[in-house]
Amino acid sequence: MAKWMSVAQVKEKIEENSAEEVTAQYLEVIGKSKINGYITVSEKALEQAKKIDAEGHNGPLAGVPIAIKDNISVVGLPNSCGSKILEGYIPPFNAHVIEKLLAAGAVILGKTNMDEFAMGSSTETSYFGPTANPWDRERVPGGSSGGSAAVVAAGEAPFALGSDTGGSVRCPAAFCGVVGLKPTYGSVSRYGVVAYANSLEQVGPLANNVTDIAVLMDVIAGYDHKDSTSIDSKIEYQKALVEDVKGLKIGVPKEFFGEGIHPDVEKAVWNAIHKCEDLGASWEEVSMPHIKYALASYYIIAMSEASSNLARFDGTRYGYRASGENWHAMVSKTRAEGFGTEVKRRILLGTYALSAGYHDKYYLKALKVRTLVKQDFDRALSKVDVLMAPTMPNPAFKIGEKIEDPLTLYLSDVNTCPINLAGVPSLSVPCGFTDGLPIGLQIMGKPFDEPAVLRAAYTFEQNTDYHTKRPSEVA
Amino acid sequence: MITKEDVEHIGWLARIEISEQETVEYMEKLNSVLGYFGQLDELPTEDVAPTYHVAEIYNVFREDVVEECLPQEVVLANTEHKQDGAFRVPKIG
Repeated sequence: MAKWMSVAQVKEKIEENSAEEVTAQYLEVIGKSKINGYITVSEKALEQAKKIDAEGHNGPLAGVPIAIKDNISVVGLPNSCGSKILEGYIPPFNAHVIEKLLAAGAVILGKTNMDEFAMGSSTETSYFGPTANPWDRERVPGGSSGGSAAVVAAGEAPFALGSDTGGSVRCPAAFCGVVGLKPTYGSVSRYGVVAYANSLEQVGPLANNVTDIAVLMDVIAGYDHKDSTSIDSKIEYQKALVEDVKGLKIGVPKEFFGEGIHPDVEKAVWNAIHKCEDLGASWEEVSMPHIKYALASYYIIAMSEASSNLARFDGTRYGYRASGENWHAMVSKTRAEGFGTEVKRRILLGTYALSAGYHDKYYLKALKVRTLVKQDFDRALSKVDVLMAPTMPNPAFKIGEKIEDPLTLYLSDVNTCPINLAGVPSLSVPCGFTDGLPIGLQIMGKPFDEPAVLRAAYTFEQNTDYHTKRPSEVA
Repeated sequence: MITKEDVEHIGWLARIEISEQETVEYMEKLNSVLGYFGQLDELPTEDVAPTYHVAEIYNVFREDVVEECLPQEVVLANTEHKQDGAFRVPKIG
């Protein structure tokens, strides 16, 4: 069995052999892993595959294995969020996206590593240790869905689910040379996904190719009454896989090519834009003057929401509990011992930004800047169909390189977090290499215009070979 | 600028115990991030409305009917600290 297969190839193998055999082969690859991509490997995966074989292969993903980020609830599997504070917690219910996957026949291989509570861009803040980048094991896979991206890049799963609050699907997709989509806010239910900053985040797919992103979106997207921000867009994602960009208008926001960008990244992204031009698209530069304020606005909002969302981790109903002489002492100790440093920093900053006397200066100000950033997107996307820019200004950095200084690490999200403020869809697709490390092209679209984004990405992919390259170390 | 006292106060509000040594570390790192946030001050926003979320939907309700929910023993299964069908915690004060 080839190590890297598209979903279509996996389905062929299942028909030739069995879901059980295909799942067993993935489990064997996972067993030899050198990247620490999984926190939990499901002991029920084989059993689930056998059941699907016995029932006949019904459903669009019958017997197809998938990896799930460890902040998306699956009944019977620990849901650690990469944190000590959820030690021993087993969700008693499935996330909406998991219900959809199971109904489609997917086999859950396990839960993938992540930055603690999705707070990070490197997967280094996980309580379970960092995940290595399959292209260079001394480097980070990106984050926070680093485990999901790395296992797909290493052939340990055909595809995976991540979550994207400020770039957490697209950053690791770019660093690991895979495709990742942050869908339009509201497209995919967040029910059963542990909230970090709920006005910003969406569940998103990671895969080896654009087609499999659309395959997965057709399964997980759609209305869910349990998520009050759910919107039924009725998009048929696979229908958007059209190899044709004639007449497509591309906007190139110069603010995404700012100071500190790696010259090879800039070159690769421009090559991609010119490639699209050769294929019949046109491009023009657009200006988005408030983008430089997006990062500060994003972090204030994300931390403020986090300080409220993470209040539920108090040692009372599940997870780790420290002892204390009264309730306040028990909770304060539990949180001091259960949360890692970065999570505590963000809770403290968010608490500060919401506290009496500082609410208007930080939180309200950030919400107003969010409006200006969103207006930049509205304006730019009224003239063009999609925007193209680098996903990450630089390739994957070394493990340990940025972890000591939070601000340096935050700055790496400069090109991904504006998208979450605006809620628009954005996809990262491989577009080149620098010193053997993958580079990601970011394609952004109008709200619910994933079809334009997918069409551009699919056409680019079909006319280039970056997505066929595999890391040699784990090949 | 955040002071040591501020860090202690926020720690109490967030219910995170912070040691003497950590207070200084947090103070330095938090001030560096807050310094960066300060750049927003240069942007005039008096006439700009805040955006709390981008989905254009408001007041989502469902019919007020009883639906099936998780059984009590399942909800209590994730903790050892329980008694008579309730979560058991130390006294408040």
